[in-house]
Amino acid sequence: MISVIIIITLGILMIIAGIVALHLKNLLAAIITAGVISLLASVIYLILGSPDVAMTEASIGSGLTTIIFLYALNKVRKEKKDD
Amino acid sequence: MIFALILGFALLLIGIYGMLSQKNLIKIVIGFSIVDTGVHIIIVSIGYLRNRTAPILNSVVDLGKAAQQVVDPIPSVLVLTAIVIGLAVTALMLTFVVELYKKRNSLSIDDYQELKW
Amino acid sequence: MIKKIIVILAMIGLIMMLFPLVTNFEFLENLNDLSTNYVSGSVNELNSQNVVTSVIVTYRGLDTLGEVTVLFLATAAIGFLLKKKKTKKRGSSELLQTASSFLVALIILLGVYIFTHGHLTPGGGFQGGVIIATAFLLLILSDVNIKFNHTILQVVESFSGAFYVVIGLIGLVLTIGFLNAKIIPLGEYGNLFSAGAIPIIYSLIGLKVGSELTNILDTMRGE
Repeated sequence: MISVIIIITLGILMIIAGIVALHLKNLLAAIITAGVISLLASVIYLILGSPDVAMTEASIGSGLTTIIFLYALNKVRKEKKDD
Repeated sequence: MIFALILGFALLLIGIYGMLSQKNLIKIVIGFSIVDTGVHIIIVSIGYLRNRTAPILNSVVDLGKAAQQVVDPIPSVLVLTAIVIGLAVTALMLTFVVELYKKRNSLSIDDYQELKW
Repeated sequence: MIKKIIVILAMIGLIMMLFPLVTNFEFLENLNDLSTNYVSGSVNELNSQNVVTSVIVTYRGLDTLGEVTVLFLATAAIGFLLKKKKTKKRGSSELLQTASSFLVALIILLGVYIFTHGHLTPGGGFQGGVIIATAFLLLILSDVNIKFNHTILQVVESFSGAFYVVIGLIGLVLTIGFLNAKIIPLGEYGNLFSAGAIPIIYSLIGLKVGSELTNILDTMRGE
């Protein structure tokens, strides 16, 4: 029963984060919000009984993917400064 | 778990809506990564079985009746593979975004209309 | 305007398509035959505690080989597209650099622990490889001017890939199948040295994934 409540709460948070991430004008904030979705998803995988997937999602989905997005944004901004 | 299934489909729809409606190339890639997460949640929730434990057979699980006590391992395996491939695909897409920006100095998809009919 | 209408129509169509998938969904009560076979085979044939690991490394080992190849191709494409420019920037403080170089060794140790215990606890080559890559990310973030030795990265990456295929081929020579873990004695259930060749294969995957992701991060960092 408690796991159902946790999944519903996290799910509402994730859906809000998804809508917010697509509508924010600031790209940096949008990228961080998209990383939060992956971090919350890793808790859901843990409740659904697959800790392997939870570890992978926490390290790859919310860690490395966010970093790579930020590096790409950094490169785009640097190009803008050069001209 | 039906709620996780609904959550997965909701994230899938949000991501597809974002990919279709946004103009910014980086926003489109963000939509793609949301679709990725949604599909992974759908696949994992299909393999969930009520009142069972994770597929790790240590001393908690009775080895003789292991198949009656653990959740389905195959969706976990599929999603594990899909997450790693998803990282590689996202990195490649962002590389293309950076390259496109170098050519045209714009992130808006309206400026890339060569293939539009 | 017309684009917005088309997008909304497409979304309504997708919702109507996906709705029966949710309402008519029937959850399983028991594992199907294939999963039952994998779970019992993991105990009786392979002596591996983690069923997910034994499916990834042995039963579907060929798919994992393909996955690692896809990761390698993506790394190569990113390195080909993003060429590096070299500029010198002011480095960070001595304190930060010294402290982070202590932490890097500990993080790499955690990564090695995770991929050598992949057959006993959750985790494995992919997770451990990513943790090793984050150790190098800490190094990149704390010292802007650091340069990695690309020869070492390439040697680690190609040797672990080659040994992975060689271990698979040994199974073919002994006629028990490609990438079979039983080429080494299986050992006692629950020990670190058990489950045949699974820890060796997963360590090789971990080294390969770690060096590839470090390469991606180093290329994306750019200047």
